[in-house]
This record gives sequence, C-alpha cells and structure tokens, in this order.
Amino acid sequence: MRRVVFVVFGSVLATALVAGPALACGGLVSPNGTIALVRTTTLAAYHDGLEHYVTGFQFAGGGADFGSIVPLPGVPTKLIRGGDWTLQRLEREVNPPPPSALVLEAAGAGSSRSAVVLQRKKIDALNVTILKGGGFAVGKWATDNGFRLSPDAPEVLDFYARRSPIFMAVQFDATRARARGEAIGDSIPVHVVIPTSRPWVPLRILALGAKAAQPIDADVFLLNDRTPAMLPVPRGVPELGPAARGLNVQVSEPASAGLMTDLRSDQGMRWLPKSGMWLTYLQVRARASQLRYDLAIDASGRARPSPVDAGLAQPGDTSVPASGNSLWGLWLAAGLATIVFGVAMRRRRSARMAL
Amino acid sequence: MLPVLLTGCVRAHAGPGFLQGVRTIHVTIKWTSFHPSHFAFPDGTVVRFVIRNSDPIEHEFILGSKRVQDHVEHTAHLQHDGSVPGQITIPPGALRTTTYTFGRPGTLLLGCHLPGHYAYGMRGTVTVSA
Repeated sequence: MRRVVFVVFGSVLATALVAGPALACGGLVSPNGTIALVRTTTLAAYHDGLEHYVTGFQFAGGGADFGSIVPLPGVPTKLIRGGDWTLQRLEREVNPPPPSALVLEAAGAGSSRSAVVLQRKKIDALNVTILKGGGFAVGKWATDNGFRLSPDAPEVLDFYARRSPIFMAVQFDATRARARGEAIGDSIPVHVVIPTSRPWVPLRILALGAKAAQPIDADVFLLNDRTPAMLPVPRGVPELGPAARGLNVQVSEPASAGLMTDLRSDQGMRWLPKSGMWLTYLQVRARASQLRYDLAIDASGRARPSPVDAGLAQPGDTSVPASGNSLWGLWLAAGLATIVFGVAMRRRRSARMAL
Repeated sequence: MLPVLLTGCVRAHAGPGFLQGVRTIHVTIKWTSFHPSHFAFPDGTVVRFVIRNSDPIEHEFILGSKRVQDHVEHTAHLQHDGSVPGQITIPPGALRTTTYTFGRPGTLLLGCHLPGHYAYGMRGTVTVSA
C-alpha cells in the first residue's frame, strides 16, 4: 500500500453555539450569529490507507455548552484523545519562536431522514459522536441535540453529505470542563483514525456561519512521501487545474528530522514514519464567499486529485470546472500558440513548395 | 391548483368564480430560501400557502408589508402558530399551511426572521395587482 501522510493544521475562525468556547475544522453556529475569532488547530494525517485527524477544541471561557460538526471522508475505526503537543509542534515548525525564547524554553524545560449514531465517546470535556446520514438527517440530529445551525448550514451539510455521509459532532460540556479544572485557552485534542483511499481536507466548512466578506484564516500543513498534487490548485503550485482562491503555498520542502522525531514522540503518533516526508504549508487567507471548495490530495504520484473530493464536481461527474487563475490558462495559451505556430509554419512550407 | 414552480414568479389569474375560491400555492423551503420566492396575484385573491420545509432547521413564513417585516425582524423571536394570517413557523421537515387574503394592490414582502435568515436572503415578494 502506498505510503502517504498528509497533515492539516488549521487555525480557523470558529463559531460557537454559545459565546465563549471555540473549535477547529468544523462548523458551528452561535445563537445570535456572532462569530468568535479564535485560533484553533486541526491535524489530519494520512498513512498506509488511514487518515489520522487530530483537532484541538479550545476552551475560551463562559459557562455554556457548544458544539461543532466536522465532515469526515469515512467511518472512523478509532476515536481517542490526541497527543499533547503535536499541533503546537507543527505550528512552531513554520513559526519558530525567536532565538531568545528558545534559549529560555530550553533552560526551563495537539439519505435517510434519521442520522445513525455510529460511535459515541467522551474525551475530557468533549462529547464526540460519529454520525452517518444525509445533510437533512445530520442537521436534524444536530438541532435535536442542542446545536443551533446557521442559515447556510443546510446547503453546506448537503455539500458534504453528497460526497461522504460521515460527520463528527463534538459537544463541549462546560460543567465537565469546570469540574476538570479546564482553564481558558486550554485545548482538547481529538484524534480520529479513518480508513480511506481518498483523503481530503474540509475547507468549506470553515466558512460556515460567516458572512460573505468575512475573512477566514487557516494554516494547513501537508506531510507526504512526495510532493502532493492538490485540487483546486493553490497559488504557488506549478500544477494544472482550477485555482484555489485564497489558498497559498508558503512552504514546500522535505520535513526536518527534528519535526518528525518530535511528532512521533507525542501520544498516539508512533504511526508516523521516521523520515522521508515532504512538508507543505499552506495558508488559507480567504473571504468566506471564496471558500466553496475542499482540498483534494493525491500523493500517489499519479497527480490526479479528485474533483469530487475537492467539491468541484458531483459524484459521477468527472468534469473539472475550468475556472480560476491557475496555470490552466497559461498552458492552454501556450498550447494554442504552439498549434497556431505549427499550422502557420506548415502553411508557409506548403506555400513555398507550391511556388 | 396552480402548478408548483421551483423558481420564478407564480402568477394567479382571476377567472370566473375566482374570488369565491381559495387558491392553493405550494412553497418549498430549501437551503434557507423560498421556492418560488416571487408571486403575483390580483387583489382580492385568497391564497392558501402550503409550505414544506425540507431543511433540517426551523424556518418562518412571514407575509406582510415592510413594516411587518421590520417589526418581526427586530422583536424577540416568537413561534408563529398560524393564528395570524400569513405568519407561520415551520419545523424541520414539516409541512404547514397559512391562508392570506390579498386586499389591496401593491407589493408585500415575504421573509423568515429567525436569527440571520433574512439577512442571508430568505425573502421574497408578492405583487398584488388591481
């Protein structure tokens, strides 16, 4: 089986069910439409046919419960607490602290009408539920269980359910958090293991509940055996395909030995290979209205990420929208220019021969 | 019964005996939008709106002037049980009806005033002709 790891680490604008707490790569809704601007983190990894999805849920105070819905590409086989420093270590890899801080740190020292509940688990102050169902069923389950969905939620849930009917609903139990002595800013990582042959990163869900012009910020990290092919194509990638508006590649290089060693030393992260990974760091800097896609990854070397997994096409539809400002236009223009040039040369030769 | 249209404008034409009857119009709510969202009726038309909410979230069907829309938008959220003509709350997946008599020529508005829904674009118009 091909050996691939892809890692996503997001800091997103999250919406909370009730003002206060926030979350990661999921969509939430607050009672009055307010959006909490809180940095949260998500890690999804893919290796030997398993997607490892680690996301941090941050306690930001307040006495109320909140929840999150995360679309998943398949049914998880494992649902555990995530490691303690994986997310932070990834962040530090691309945003290293200044040398003085390092010194100090060294000195001192994550379409049925009814949804089917596939799995429930309590992880610290979180109640995690894996659901299977269509957009309506999952949305209805969410509203019946205390989630208040934003006006765009029905469309977004359908967007994901057409591709994969699996969702992870996460509810934050404020009472349990207080009993556990959770402090404001504490993050609870959740690690989900999903067998799948086609990993993708949910990006559109980040804009759930946000107004069209609202900025969405997220950091996305990929770790692969080789340079991954992505769809839609982020800025800075010399690949063909529709452009991922608001998604920019910042780093593309071999993963350092230090990073891999540190990640492997965290709880539940021994599945990572020791070396040989390719690190890609992408930034989502988009308006909510631009995030109409997910990020499909193909790290097999075939360079054929799925338009369906990217949310650019319906299941069964293999056509890829030819929009955007990626290299498509450039290559097409170059190809046409070559053809025109070739035809012109042939005509010239023909004309000379006729003379 | 008028045909159900998913988009565009539904126009009811007065005919013999029309004023004595009640027209039935089917409206579907999907993805926080009314389908159809624009209607036209002659004044005096009595319309029974049959509204199906295919979304997993609650919605409202509030028919009235801009003043009515503004009032409902800016007051505390209430459940509309249908006792007020043209105002009804529709639970997820449910079907509800409300009957409204279009009395005077002009333009009325249609909207849902649950938090964020009207601003999201869940609205429509009804043109009442003489």
